[in-house]
Amino acid sequence: MSTGFHIVVCGSLVPDPLQTLAPVQGPAGPALKNELMLPAVLDPFAAHSLYEAANLAKKAPGSKIWLVSLGNKAKLQQLMMTVAQKVPFELVPLDGPASGFTDSFEVAAALAGAIDKIPNLDRSRLLLFGGCASASRDAGVTMQMVGERLGILDQFLAVDELKVEENGSLRFLERIEGGRYQVSVCSGPPAMVAWATGNLPEPPNNPQIGMQNMRAIMPALQKAQPAPVATSGITFASVTLPAQQRQTRIVKDASVEEIAKEIVAWIKE
Amino acid sequence: MDATRSDKMEREFPGTLPGDDVRQIMWRYADRFDLQMAVQSARSLARGLVARLVADGQRNTHEWNSRKAELLSAFDETGLTTIYMDPEEGGFIEGPKNLALGLVAFELSWVDGGAATCSLASNLALSPIHEKGTAEQKLFYMSRCAPPQPGEDRQIWRGAFALTEPLPYVGVDTGVVSGKMRIASWPAGEEPILQIDKRGRFITNMDFANFVTAAVDSADERIKGSCMIILEENDPGVFDRGAPTLKMVHQLSSTRDPVLSLKVPASRIIGGYTVKDGVIVPNFNHSEVIESVFRRTRVPVGLMTSAKLLSAVEPIIRYQRSRFRGGAACAPGSPRHDLGLQQKEDAVQRLADIWACGEAGASLAFAALRLLDEFDPIERDKERLLAAQGVIGARATMKLFKKLETEALEYIELASSSVSAGEHSRAAELAANPLIRFLVLEAQANVLCPACKLWNTGQGAIMMREAVGLMGGYGITEDCPGFLFQKYTDAQLEATYEGPEAVQRRQLSITMTSELFLAQLRHWLKELKAITASHPATGAGAVAAALELWLWTLAYLQKSKDADGKPLFHNQRHGVVFPLADALCWLLASRYQILDVLELERKGPESPVLAEGLAGFVNFFSDLAGTQSGRTAGEAARICAELACGFHREARQDPELAEFSRLRGRVDLALAGSRRAKDRAAEALTKITIPEILDYPV
Repeated sequence: MSTGFHIVVCGSLVPDPLQTLAPVQGPAGPALKNELMLPAVLDPFAAHSLYEAANLAKKAPGSKIWLVSLGNKAKLQQLMMTVAQKVPFELVPLDGPASGFTDSFEVAAALAGAIDKIPNLDRSRLLLFGGCASASRDAGVTMQMVGERLGILDQFLAVDELKVEENGSLRFLERIEGGRYQVSVCSGPPAMVAWATGNLPEPPNNPQIGMQNMRAIMPALQKAQPAPVATSGITFASVTLPAQQRQTRIVKDASVEEIAKEIVAWIKE
Repeated sequence: MDATRSDKMEREFPGTLPGDDVRQIMWRYADRFDLQMAVQSARSLARGLVARLVADGQRNTHEWNSRKAELLSAFDETGLTTIYMDPEEGGFIEGPKNLALGLVAFELSWVDGGAATCSLASNLALSPIHEKGTAEQKLFYMSRCAPPQPGEDRQIWRGAFALTEPLPYVGVDTGVVSGKMRIASWPAGEEPILQIDKRGRFITNMDFANFVTAAVDSADERIKGSCMIILEENDPGVFDRGAPTLKMVHQLSSTRDPVLSLKVPASRIIGGYTVKDGVIVPNFNHSEVIESVFRRTRVPVGLMTSAKLLSAVEPIIRYQRSRFRGGAACAPGSPRHDLGLQQKEDAVQRLADIWACGEAGASLAFAALRLLDEFDPIERDKERLLAAQGVIGARATMKLFKKLETEALEYIELASSSVSAGEHSRAAELAANPLIRFLVLEAQANVLCPACKLWNTGQGAIMMREAVGLMGGYGITEDCPGFLFQKYTDAQLEATYEGPEAVQRRQLSITMTSELFLAQLRHWLKELKAITASHPATGAGAVAAALELWLWTLAYLQKSKDADGKPLFHNQRHGVVFPLADALCWLLASRYQILDVLELERKGPESPVLAEGLAGFVNFFSDLAGTQSGRTAGEAARICAELACGFHREARQDPELAEFSRLRGRVDLALAGSRRAKDRAAEALTKITIPEILDYPV
């Protein structure tokens, strides 16, 4: 009997958040200035889900991880030079736009289609992982739609912890309002888990893992299927960066208690 | 570059700072994902842990401590400890690793040179074993220096390389060492036991080294000559790590002055030994070992200083642009708000100079590292071939190489000219001889390696002072963004350790006159002239004119005497040969900078990521090359003029010097466009987009 999980992580690249991001109007709609030239990172929530997947796979022998990424394949290749060193996985690349101005519905269709075609994927052991939101597409709905398309009805959102119980059931901590968690349990896979930050630190780069991953990643990138994600029917009325707010007062000799009181009052506003 | 393309490029500036896509093409590792991963590993470590250590003030102590020791486990975790090793030894990079080591050093020193030194020093300790050790020595020490694999329970070993000694020798004269070896006991039929006495100075990694590879000389008539030998911390005797060196730079590396007095078996002699007539004869003397080691390890040091210059660009741009923000007379959206100090021509032109110098140094160093990667297997082939032919000893080797020099010169001539098919087969025949290729590449390596170490660190230190100056008062503070003051002072150590500037100049003064090198240099001159026609903006014309002047000056000096009748060109006449070596370094750095621009222009279109920004980058790097070329031609021409004319008693107008004047005049005229290139490069610096914040802390 097969053991372990088949974990499919959906995650792609976003521009490094430290970069200067300036929206511009391109021929095909809004875009970021110099978007292709900007260094990219793995979408942060998706990255957490990948690290959680690796941790889970390590504890459940026989598990396997796929990373399904929709993005410009040349940029994905650059991204893999870092990500592939973190944890062992097999890449399923889709060559298409990773822009923040793509439509979640179309993205979900492309991702679900690619997952559907993964050879030897055991749906009965499938855990569909991803970020609960994207740093560039923050609608927070993509993973749910991928799950629906794959027929996965047990869905858990903003997850910070997944525990496999002795009876094989899965116990989740989902973030809810007020800084509290909702505890949810399902009998086992298949399930969709849209991760928040989880509890794990970013693994250090390990070139040995990287070299092992890259043997399969490079051919996969060369064979990446084009995935032209359509945005027809969508109109962007305006695109602006979030306004920065900075309210600074210089106060000398305030006690810790006074500072704490003021912060609490500000939070309650 | 056709006219249409050229016009288009003149209008475009780079949108962002150059990223990995650009650098991988320019420095030729776009198809090496093993190297790209090493870069990412080193970068994340540098801009994470290393930057935090510097920001937390860990550079402010001489002593090694638990915070600094975090570096070692981080090196292990991220694969940097094993970067020097072959896959079967625990590493992950196949084949030669000079470029890999250089890239790692570049990334680490982008933040802190001491961290880079700490990383490189372990490799330096292993280098003698890797290059000349016996199979048993390699297996034993490499396997212990590799981090434990899952399931293994052992402590990783770390090493130190001990050549430098306290006064009087100090390592400058590497032919002489005061560390001694004697035979302590030699029971009949058994392995001799040696008594080793070695005092070291400025020895890196000594706080935690489990073994030391030390240079020692014989003090016993039953041992011939010198050798390098491996000393372990648990050997019987004294393994005193010594006092910490009170250095003010590179404080994230451990440096002490050890005192070692130990008994070790003779099998620890690196490369082994033979016994002849009751005398132990090491298979390699210490000079032979360190020659092969230093040829490789000095180049990454040169690259470290160039990394500092390139790393200074972003913090300086940010400082210049934000200089007046927040002030009463600086409304958002105004030029004063957006550009700050970059409204002033001087600020951006000086920054262009810094970037251009860093770029030239990096190009030279990466070219040297690629050359060494090509050279490594050929050097091993050479050793195998010589052994097979029974050529043993320096004298016999030199005799054979002298014979082969004519063929090597023929190969250079054929390889560099357009020849008929029949002659091609002769070129192929010559190229098939590893000894010929060895001679050709060795002639290059013997110049490029010291040139990189000398010019990158020396000129780099001078330009780092400029970088500090551009940050105003901020520049000399501990919390200057980009740690520029620390980098400025670190650069001085880089100019000194692993062979100070005088040693590099001395080596260059000998190797740059090798006919095998000069034949290649003449070919490079032709190549630069051809580039001048197709890419005038790169300043290739100025470099070509200056190189021609340099070659003429060399020939003139070699046959001329000064006003007192003394020969001008003599290897002990440092006032002549050293400046001439300096001038050559400028020329070489500019040549490789220009070649990297051409590479970007040629290969850039193949990158789908670069398509939209390529023209801007090619324009900008051409302008930086043009800027640097102007400086190079000026420096080289000034030095040549001083040497050609400065030793006469009075101004002369003889026919020979008329030729000098003609060539110098061509250099001056060839400077056309170099200042326009600087204007354009400076303008680009006002338009380039930089990240919101620096990606490492202050």
